[in-house]
Amino acid sequence: MKNSTPTETSASQELPLPENLQPPMANGEVIFDAPWQGRIFAMAVALSEQGVFAWAEFQQSLIDAIAQFDAKAGASVEGEQYQYFDHFQLALENLLAQKGVVLNAALNEREHAFADRPHDHDHDHDHDHDHDHDHSHNHDYSHSH
Amino acid sequence: MSEKSAAIRAEALESLLVEKGLLDTARIDDVLTLYNERVGPMNGAMLVAKAWRDAHFKQQLLADGTAAIAQFSFEGGQVDKLVVVENTAEVHNVVVCTLCSCYPWAILGLPPKWYKDPAYRSRVVREPRAVLTDFGTHLPAEQEVRVWDSSAEVRYMVLPVQPKGWETLSEGELVNKITRDSMIGVEVLAEVAE
Repeated sequence: MKNSTPTETSASQELPLPENLQPPMANGEVIFDAPWQGRIFAMAVALSEQGVFAWAEFQQSLIDAIAQFDAKAGASVEGEQYQYFDHFQLALENLLAQKGVVLNAALNEREHAFADRPHDHDHDHDHDHDHDHDHSHNHDYSHSH
Repeated sequence: MSEKSAAIRAEALESLLVEKGLLDTARIDDVLTLYNERVGPMNGAMLVAKAWRDAHFKQQLLADGTAAIAQFSFEGGQVDKLVVVENTAEVHNVVVCTLCSCYPWAILGLPPKWYKDPAYRSRVVREPRAVLTDFGTHLPAEQEVRVWDSSAEVRYMVLPVQPKGWETLSEGELVNKITRDSMIGVEVLAEVAE
């Protein structure tokens, strides 16, 4: 009885998400805007469960990523424009780079290889110039670790 | 960074982690399924309903949230140090994480978007009443507002005031009426919720 009724699911029908990745509908609200956000979240959780890092370490990395962004732009960016999972993604990348688990260069290389797949016909053009990825839309704080 | 490139970058990271043997795709799927389907605010609602009906449990929950919820074996994390704060006629509590997005996943699910926004994170500390008004929550002037900042370790949940007229409802009926936002403290449960 305690959880027999799923929370409202009707709103999810408007979402262009694959059937196998329904977002959590907590009070009718979507948690992940896109499948990649869910996967980044799940990667961080799974890696910490497997002892690659402690969750507290990830949390500190997330605090740092958000603080860097907030210091530059936080006050002027709200609501829809605030891309929380960009910070989450950057925090995970930074921590894995710090620990030498996945180096930034290797990640860039793999990303470019994937982006160049013929399948991805709408290849992102602002992408092939340098390897210092601008993670935060208009605000460039770089991968410094 | 566009959505498209963020997605490709996430895929690239996943493929590297899988190659290194640190993760497998099925494990990632399992985590997603857990948080998409089995972890959510219904667990917190169940705790609130039980506390309203069982004075002894309520006392336990307020005294040591972590110990009180251990018996339920909730899935999902982030409740290693749970503090439950009680709303009363005198005090209204509201929860925030000013530095990032700390939240008691196992009992409330993953946090809503607004909880992670800079606007909520900074404003609710400075002017909680104004923020609550934005949520449609109007508190009596004499009621004290306490803001709890989820720090590195502690996670908070609000025990809302039970509305008049709900006393005859069963715990099961209550669970469907107790909202996530009331357990974060940005909503006061309505006496008539129909």
